[in-house]
Amino acid sequence: MTGPRAVIVGASHAGAQLAASLRQEGWTGEVVLVGDESALPYQRPPLSKALLAGKSTLEDLAIRSAAFYAKQEIQLLDATIKSIDRTAGHLVLGNGESLGYDKLALCTGARPRRLLVPGALLGGVYYLRTAKDVELIRGAASPGQRAVIVGGGYVGLETAASLRALGLDVTVLEATERVLERVTAPEVSAFFERIHRDAGVGIRTNALVEAIAGDTQVREVLLSGGESIRADFVIVGIGVEPNTELASASGLVVDNGIAIDDRARTSDPGIVAAGDCTSRTMASHGRRVRLECVPSAGEQAKVAAATLCGKAKEITALPWFWSDQYDVKLQIAGLNTGYDEVVLSGDPRQDRDFTCFYLRQGVLIAADCVNRPREFMMTKRLLAQGAPLLGRAELAAPDLTDVRG
Amino acid sequence: MAMVSFVSHDGETHTASLDEGQSLMQVATNNAVPGVDGDCGGEAACGTCHVIVDPQWSERVGLSGPDEEQMLAMNPEREPTSRLSCQMAVCDAWDGLTVRLPEFQM
Repeated sequence: MTGPRAVIVGASHAGAQLAASLRQEGWTGEVVLVGDESALPYQRPPLSKALLAGKSTLEDLAIRSAAFYAKQEIQLLDATIKSIDRTAGHLVLGNGESLGYDKLALCTGARPRRLLVPGALLGGVYYLRTAKDVELIRGAASPGQRAVIVGGGYVGLETAASLRALGLDVTVLEATERVLERVTAPEVSAFFERIHRDAGVGIRTNALVEAIAGDTQVREVLLSGGESIRADFVIVGIGVEPNTELASASGLVVDNGIAIDDRARTSDPGIVAAGDCTSRTMASHGRRVRLECVPSAGEQAKVAAATLCGKAKEITALPWFWSDQYDVKLQIAGLNTGYDEVVLSGDPRQDRDFTCFYLRQGVLIAADCVNRPREFMMTKRLLAQGAPLLGRAELAAPDLTDVRG
Repeated sequence: MAMVSFVSHDGETHTASLDEGQSLMQVATNNAVPGVDGDCGGEAACGTCHVIVDPQWSERVGLSGPDEEQMLAMNPEREPTSRLSCQMAVCDAWDGLTVRLPEFQM
């Protein structure tokens, strides 16, 4: 194929969607999707769930089939990128070769934040972001072993659930006073602590890791109070950092992520970016926000593709997220940042299904829905229509028939 | 080869071959069928792979299960034979199946 060449750096959710969307938007030139993992672009959310639990294989997780890329004439290139030369319009690859582009998209994603304590480089300290990471963890995980998870966020908790299912002894260490502290209300945190404790997971809050001890291999995790916890291996899940080095080295504006506008354009309007590596000013929040989630990556990628094809689309969809732990499916609609009130539908202290609605000045801004898909879909719709003022009583016992039509 | 037809809201038909073992959502995305998003990758978590099964086929392919039902319940374009295509494991016996796509995936 000839004609102008679009190069997409990063072949995960955002990159794969951007490539597919370029074709849907009518791009007839070359499309080169550059990734540094040899597998076809795959879905990351199941890594800590189905893949870790052994319920699916990496092949099952391919976002699209090999035949799709062949038929759509999307070239998959397994390479790392050293630098971007914006003046010359080319990329320098890890092997020193250069790759010219007419249009460029950065979908460089994020990487796990490293645990910076003595012993963090010992054998048996793992992170969980890639299929390769899961392969390593699966190699280490056998029934009866002791796994210590550092970080009580979504990745940590999902990993705990999967390792329990494999028959391991699991302890989660959370540095703050409750799990999911950064993302949910205390009531929701308490619910997740309860279901994990019921499943036999040790949850330790206010647990600050001071060091990891062992000779060449992890033996124990030392806490700031002087206590030590035995560990056959450790998984660190303490958040991610955006991969912005390529962008900033080439002079693009980076502000807690590659800065993009509502059309996914970076500070160089000829270059777009999408996914976990970006930050964007959200009108609803009045500030720049970096989202770490698949639906947002997909939405930004679709808009970025339209922009590269000269069409005027804007990022509008509200963010949503989901997490599976045991028999619990959590679906989150909206962003609860800045909430000043919660309304509960159901009782998180004893039920296994409930919704926690988040309000700001009386206006619904988000909901955590636990095994309540109807309320999730309802909230998604209500937020899309422009968050209405709903009475607390209506939210506590939503009349779901009312919002249809 | 067993084939399925996806009819878009404005009447355009996309035909794709059925690969046994895949979900109908995967068949759509692997064949670049516009109008099927499948944002969550097949977890019945997002509701963006909604299809409406030709009523003549609904007995053979089945109606929505309880999880799907909850996800579809709030959808204004929902019809009696609506399904989330990620929950439909395709088989060769579905040769000739036709599904319609809604105007919006929500």
